[in-house]
Amino acid sequence: MTVVNALDIGLAALVLALAAWTVAAREAFAAAVGYVAYGLLLSLVWVRLFAVDVALTEAAIGSGVTGVLLIRAAARLRGATPALDEPLAPPLRFLAGVLCAMVAGALAATVLLMPDPAPTLAPQAVGNLPSTGLGNAVTAVLISYRAFDTMLEKVVLVLAVVGVWSLAPDACWGGSPGAPRPARPEAALAFLAQVLPPLGIVVGIHIFWVGADEPGGAFQGGAILAAMWMITMMAGLTEAPPVSSTRLRLVLVSGPAVFLAIGLAGVVIAGGFLAYPSGSAKPLILFIEAFMTLTIAATLPMLVAGPPEQPPQP
Amino acid sequence: MNTASLAGITGALLVGLGLFGLVTNPRPLRKLLAFNLLGSGVFLLFGVLARRGAAAGIAADPVPQAMVITGIVVAFSATALAVALLLRLFEETGRSTLRADPPSKAAGDGSGA
Amino acid sequence: MSAALDLLTIVAILAGLFFFLAGTVGLLRFPDPLSRLHALTKADNLGLGLIVVGLLPRAGGLLGVLKLVAVWFLVLLASATVAQLIAGAIRRKGSST
Repeated sequence: MTVVNALDIGLAALVLALAAWTVAAREAFAAAVGYVAYGLLLSLVWVRLFAVDVALTEAAIGSGVTGVLLIRAAARLRGATPALDEPLAPPLRFLAGVLCAMVAGALAATVLLMPDPAPTLAPQAVGNLPSTGLGNAVTAVLISYRAFDTMLEKVVLVLAVVGVWSLAPDACWGGSPGAPRPARPEAALAFLAQVLPPLGIVVGIHIFWVGADEPGGAFQGGAILAAMWMITMMAGLTEAPPVSSTRLRLVLVSGPAVFLAIGLAGVVIAGGFLAYPSGSAKPLILFIEAFMTLTIAATLPMLVAGPPEQPPQP
Repeated sequence: MNTASLAGITGALLVGLGLFGLVTNPRPLRKLLAFNLLGSGVFLLFGVLARRGAAAGIAADPVPQAMVITGIVVAFSATALAVALLLRLFEETGRSTLRADPPSKAAGDGSGA
Repeated sequence: MSAALDLLTIVAILAGLFFFLAGTVGLLRFPDPLSRLHALTKADNLGLGLIVVGLLPRAGGLLGVLKLVAVWFLVLLASATVAQLIAGAIRRKGSST
């Protein structure tokens, strides 16, 4: 057993231990905190699988933004009456455990029995890279080869915002999500929220920009920009915009709208939906990605902020 | 055992753990956490296939990678919607349970989500 | 020259690991939350700093060096703020009970 192998095993054990803690912890709050740590360690596993783009996404969205969402929810549900929830009776619990172990065992066996090396599309993905002008094959798959998936996924994000907003009480429709701005922001958090965003915005745009050739891209960069907005809102330096704001709505739909418009233009110019005319693929891809970054940076904080809770300002 | 197979077993166990939490824990927020755990296990299985599909000079097949990136974002959107539903339920009823009937009933249907 | 740099890397990373270990032992063994927090943030920040110093010769160019230092700075900023927030929460909780 080599050192690297031992580190892999240690990492896997830590990930599994944290996952078990997330399931077993008594307090929902503690479980949510455990989930954040779990996500960060899992992104190290992704690095070990040489999927750095995924590792960045897992760390930023899977662990970071999801973590904020779950921790906030757990904190707000602390007052809920736990007495109403009865755990499963022990025999059923045992049965469930056996069944889940069988599922896990079957999956593990499948993974071990599957062909290695697996069938792959990597040669095709790399072979067609010159026509996109990109250097990062993952970005090429996202925005060019499988552009349809990515566009629909942006639509899913916007639909999720619509779904969350639709849960607003009638009196609050058109107002801002979240609690009103506190009179005196917490000093340490306010300091962080003033120092970090200038740096974070640069890092976010950098990660979006290098995504064309190196690990990174619209999702990862957008998530960092979203984090900067979220931290200024959490510190109470700024309030979430009212959901009736036209500017906010335009930003939310700009990503899928630009994607769709360029896709439809492709029917006329390049002879296929979402086809890019040869020679100008890279500028078009970066143009789409820029708007996608903007949409992600606006959607994630809006999803975390939840439905409007304040009556609209007259 | 190589890294990919190890990650595959980790992913399979994560799916099992997540499924167990989803089925046995009666509280909706915990179900949501467990469901995310299950999802990340499935993503990890994709990652293993990507790693095994290393070819043409890149260390992992980009197609499953791109699918996982999309999947992580969609999983987040679904989680956010579920959390919003849950918080609204709590606001309306003061409870964070899915059960409509009094708790004295036998816990046979505790997994109903 | 390169042997000296390798030595620096090894020594600095080992020292960094020692501080991480010390911080973790403090987290597990100290009795009250405030001193646990203190052990964790102080020792881990120093440990990370030493590991960053150890990695600097391997950063491959000035840009890599700047990125590593930026990572350290961001972690310092984040951990200092979070330690403040947690300590504040502990104090509020302590005064209310």
